[in-house]
Amino acid sequence: MQNDKKLLLGDDAVAQAAIDAGLSGIYAYPGTPSTEIMEFVQKSPDARRRNIHRQWSANEKTAVEEALGLSYVGKRSMVCMKHVGLNVAADAFINAAMTGVNGGLILVVADDPSMHSSQNEQDSRFYGKFAMIPVFEPSCQQEAYDMVFEAYALSEKYAVPVMMRLTTRMAHSRSGVSRRTLQDENSRSLPENPSRFILLPVNARRQYKNLLALQARFSEASLRSTFNQYMDGPDKSLGIVACGIAYNYLLENFENQNCPYPVVKIAQYPVPSELIQNMAATVKKILVLEEGYPFVEEQLNGIISNHYAVSGRLDGTLPRDGELSPDLAGKALGLTSRSVFPVSDSTVPRPPALCRGCGHIDMFSCISEVMKEIPDGLVFSDIGCYTLGALPPFSAIVSCVDMGASITMAKGASDGGVPVAAGVIGDSTFTHSGMTGLLDCILEKTPVTIIIGDNSTAAMTGGQDSSAYGRIEKICLGLGVEEDHLQVLTSLKKYHQENMEKLKKELLYQGVSVVVFRRECVQVAARRVRKG
Amino acid sequence: MKTDIILAGVGGQGILSIATVIGAAALQKNYYLKQAEVHGMSQRGGSVQSNLRISDRPIASDLIPLGSADLILSVEPMESLRYLPFLNRDGWLVTNEVPFLNITHYPDMERILSEIKALPHSVTLGADALAETCGSVKVSNMVMLGAAIPFLPFSEPEIEMAVRTIFGSKGEEVIETNLKAIRLGTDQSRSYMNP
Repeated sequence: MQNDKKLLLGDDAVAQAAIDAGLSGIYAYPGTPSTEIMEFVQKSPDARRRNIHRQWSANEKTAVEEALGLSYVGKRSMVCMKHVGLNVAADAFINAAMTGVNGGLILVVADDPSMHSSQNEQDSRFYGKFAMIPVFEPSCQQEAYDMVFEAYALSEKYAVPVMMRLTTRMAHSRSGVSRRTLQDENSRSLPENPSRFILLPVNARRQYKNLLALQARFSEASLRSTFNQYMDGPDKSLGIVACGIAYNYLLENFENQNCPYPVVKIAQYPVPSELIQNMAATVKKILVLEEGYPFVEEQLNGIISNHYAVSGRLDGTLPRDGELSPDLAGKALGLTSRSVFPVSDSTVPRPPALCRGCGHIDMFSCISEVMKEIPDGLVFSDIGCYTLGALPPFSAIVSCVDMGASITMAKGASDGGVPVAAGVIGDSTFTHSGMTGLLDCILEKTPVTIIIGDNSTAAMTGGQDSSAYGRIEKICLGLGVEEDHLQVLTSLKKYHQENMEKLKKELLYQGVSVVVFRRECVQVAARRVRKG
Repeated sequence: MKTDIILAGVGGQGILSIATVIGAAALQKNYYLKQAEVHGMSQRGGSVQSNLRISDRPIASDLIPLGSADLILSVEPMESLRYLPFLNRDGWLVTNEVPFLNITHYPDMERILSEIKALPHSVTLGADALAETCGSVKVSNMVMLGAAIPFLPFSEPEIEMAVRTIFGSKGEEVIETNLKAIRLGTDQSRSYMNP
């Protein structure tokens, strides 16, 4: 039954499949829930033996461009990120759809509905449609594995990048997966028509017409895809469209997974309109179950005539926000729920917190204490463990928006006349998207203080290598920070007084200053000790 | 056969190690398995849970529906109560009694324990002290795994084989410490149920 199977996370299944399909390089910046894809390749003996590229990139944009370059020379590449990472990479991503690819290129994006570890729950299927490329959305781990082979084949057949969309539960749930045999890598070959990669207007106009012409092919591929299915059912009072993992939540509600209603299962886009039209011809009402935004639900009006009663996230049958569950699917089906134990009233929330012994605690103790003396000052912040400085006992920061925004928002506030404006940013976030903002500050000699919480790792996502490691001072000086206003402090309680004085001096300096609070992440240090 | 388990605890307490051992045991017996984990921000000392589903037939959802869990297995008492609406009315709650105190307003322990004991089926034990007798408080998660064996579709030798598979590379001493913790947990759990 399961004999030859390995227990893999959805993320692992995608990584294993890419390796087995002849991957030559994977590019990524860590971000929950996508991080484990790269980590799986980094641990794979096959990847080591083949020397598949498997280093972290500085950010998602550089990752997409590097993957596109590898594809240009004919190799299969993969690039992975969390949903908000695609915002960073959007320029490269949208234009890669215009140039097309040479070797197969899969962009894996992991969305985070319910925002377990994210600042929004944007639905990447819209990006796929915006770029006008095929999108795959697996419903289970085995399908995720199998899809990668199809996705590479489709990418190479039409010379387009393809997207694979995962959501948190698919990315971080484990199940048995059977492997296929390991395929050879592509040999190196340059594109037959190299001008398509030179998006001068004359070429870009041609490429856009080409991409538009491919749309009918992509729709045809969706219609014929084995991942999309129309399954008839005896009860025609309702037809159901279920996308990705929502298909499992649907089936969970029926004994032996026997759904009495006709169902269109969607795991490949563009939306397979004909399958929905075929089902619609036999039913009166349609329920749409999809993880994320009402992507398919909004498109239904153009697919079936509007006298159908459509229910889903737009009419309130399902919540407009948050991830789905088998219970929400059951409620939408009108099924009665079981009698359950009431919610316990003896529990209180236990939010995440900085680890015991974390250097950021010493950093925020300094910041909080100094800022008490500067009541009209503002401390902006960024994305990482140190965002927890927003919570008591510190309540030390006023913002967390997007990667790098601490520096640039501090600049904007300073431009607006705030006498003391500071930005707290981590080392990895600084090299991801902070350097350019610092350059803006230097060019205008803006009075801001950039506080770099340097724990020498990407800690929030589990301690991946930081591109900033060993080069923060050189980067700052190279960008033009004055040597006298670059302070490197050790985040330890015993230096509290000294650190506070130095920080205060720089906060009051009327120019750009950088204060680095440095101490290795306690989790990474402990892991190193365990490994010996 | 189907066994739905909610594993509960605080980030860093080792619930994923429990899940890994159970997963290996399920694979050995050719059962189907789905296991949804929590990674990312909550792992920093926040509440964490894992949905673990084992069956001899294909499993649809990665998430356990409300009122369906056969077992809540928790390494922390307050966390064991957080997922009560997921527990089947006939299901068991098995938890460590030792609180993990990393929040300022931890509720009254007596209230927590009395709420647990008011449930139709529960087992509580002091896993940390039992783990210490095995040589390390770190194996309290394995004590709790042992305590859950009477409610799992696996025998003690099957779990032992899974432990050997998972911890094989760490040497005989680590394996023995973990096995000892598991045996202690199982004994405690059995004597709790049949005093």
